[in-house]
Amino acid sequence: MPEIAFTAALGETPAPGPLREFWNAYAQSRGALIGLALIVLLILLAIFADVVSPHPPNEQYREFTLTPPAWDAGGNTRFLLGTDPVGRDMLSRLIHGTRLSLLIGLISVAISLSAGTILGMIAGYVRGLTETVIMRLMDVMLSLPSLLLAIAVVAILGPGLINAMYAIAIVLLPHYVRLARAAVIAEAGREYVASSRIAGAGPLRLMFNTILPNCTAPLIVQATLGFSSAILDAAALGFLGLGAQPPTPEWGSMLAGALEFIQRASWVVTFPGLAILITVLAFNLMGDGLRDALDPKLKR
Amino acid sequence: MLAFLFRRVSLIVPTFIGVTLLAFALIHLIPGDPVENISGERGMDPARRERLLREFGLDRPLPVQYVDYVANVLKGDLGTSLTTHEPVLDEFTTLFPATVELAFFAMLLATIVGLPAGIIAALKRNTVADYAVMGVSLTGYSMPIFWWALLLILFFSVQLGWTPVSGRIAVEYDVPALTGFMLIDTLRAGDASAFRSALSHLILPSIALGTIPLAVIARMTRSAMLEVLREDYMRTARAKGLPQWRVVLVHALRNALIPVITVIGLQVGLLLSGAILTETIFSWPGVGNWLVHGVQSRDYPVVQGGILLVATIVITVNLIVDLTYGVVNPRIRHA
Repeated sequence: MPEIAFTAALGETPAPGPLREFWNAYAQSRGALIGLALIVLLILLAIFADVVSPHPPNEQYREFTLTPPAWDAGGNTRFLLGTDPVGRDMLSRLIHGTRLSLLIGLISVAISLSAGTILGMIAGYVRGLTETVIMRLMDVMLSLPSLLLAIAVVAILGPGLINAMYAIAIVLLPHYVRLARAAVIAEAGREYVASSRIAGAGPLRLMFNTILPNCTAPLIVQATLGFSSAILDAAALGFLGLGAQPPTPEWGSMLAGALEFIQRASWVVTFPGLAILITVLAFNLMGDGLRDALDPKLKR
Repeated sequence: MLAFLFRRVSLIVPTFIGVTLLAFALIHLIPGDPVENISGERGMDPARRERLLREFGLDRPLPVQYVDYVANVLKGDLGTSLTTHEPVLDEFTTLFPATVELAFFAMLLATIVGLPAGIIAALKRNTVADYAVMGVSLTGYSMPIFWWALLLILFFSVQLGWTPVSGRIAVEYDVPALTGFMLIDTLRAGDASAFRSALSHLILPSIALGTIPLAVIARMTRSAMLEVLREDYMRTARAKGLPQWRVVLVHALRNALIPVITVIGLQVGLLLSGAILTETIFSWPGVGNWLVHGVQSRDYPVVQGGILLVATIVITVNLIVDLTYGVVNPRIRHA
């Protein structure tokens, strides 16, 4: 801030603040803006799901089973996107599914981001045997296809929404560990770290107060992209019957329950998948935009 | 070169030990002990339980059991399936060719389409063609493939009736399984209509499984090409008056291909993840389908053995990719 005050006093145009500068870089990409707008919309839908959705998500309208979407022949304006095989309103279930998917993303990314950062920082700061053990463990986890690892964790913990979140957090973990370790190793030799150490900062302070703030950019980008893989994997687990259990309106398990009706009622299959696609696409767009804005070196 | 080879190969030993530990731990971490899982829902009297525990060697200390397990694995004994009572390794080797066949065609499709798409996007940077390729590949990258597979079935099989819905070949054909690769087996049997049937069964699953790798390859090719196109030797090549196709295909592509090949190799894990979903939807009799059934029917020897085998394959392929990369790019070798 003092710099800005100084230049302002000289009567020059003030340099843009860091936030402003970041926003200018981010807003350069139209895709990134679309992604951000979609995510804001999805978050609002998730928060106000109870207010926005026209029906309760698990209310069964027995006389309206498999009603087609409103614009189709035989559609009913009461059920804009039609109903499922037991007469539940598709639109309401999809809106409530937004809440679940974002929550799955938020919780699993939060767990693996914090655990992964701590493990990675320890590995990169302590080095030696600790580092070898942590990194070899991550290699083992990376040698399993992500969905298979998630399935293995669910096999241990048992199927369910909460366990699926843990499984996904474990699957995402190695990426954060690797990033954090690489960043710490790159930063640890810098002069500002040495000067902080000479000033008497302990290892914890060095790791979390001195080094960590300087390696947040790749972690933020990875966390955003982690949202999209978390949502995809959760839907896949739900689809295989290993994630959220019926009647939870989770998008993947909605698809699983609709499979046998694919020929008669394609809408029970198309809409949940479309919801997954749009959400994942939004996070990927935002992740790409963030990477370009935060890390000009990676810009291509 | 030899030192590089040795260093890289010795790196996978701890990884492999870790994988065996993980697979071993799986059986012990699942709720209930293995004997209870074998006996199913029915209760079991303590004496019989005692006897079974001793019979399976489960009363011994864990380290002993682990050493025993690894010794068995090295002998090729991965236990027997609880549902079919077949050796796990035999089941795996029977089913694996189906997965390889599917994965191979998915990867072939991804490369054939993704590579040119990426090249075009790079050459026509910031034009409609570029935006189209990047838009489509970002969508492909974000696609839940189990849903994509369903859409393909809905359109091509249900609406148009062009392709079969599931399986590897129509039921009326009985092809002797020599290699396990349906296309090769039907060709060897000299049965043209069986071959066509097998091919038509392969198309939709390959598209479904190939979509994400295709998107990755297109994006990677584009950025690698853009990088190379800026190089000085590209200007030299143009200045020499070489035709455009030669500049692009020989001078640019050859150098851009190195990272792309690595990316193609590293798709194996992703491909096997996708195979689990694709095979489930198309009832493709491969390893992914088998593993999902194993988890659903709580057939733990299958899950344990499958995880170990799949991880071994991924580790091996990554090793091969790394070694090839080292051969192609000497800078890596000496790093």
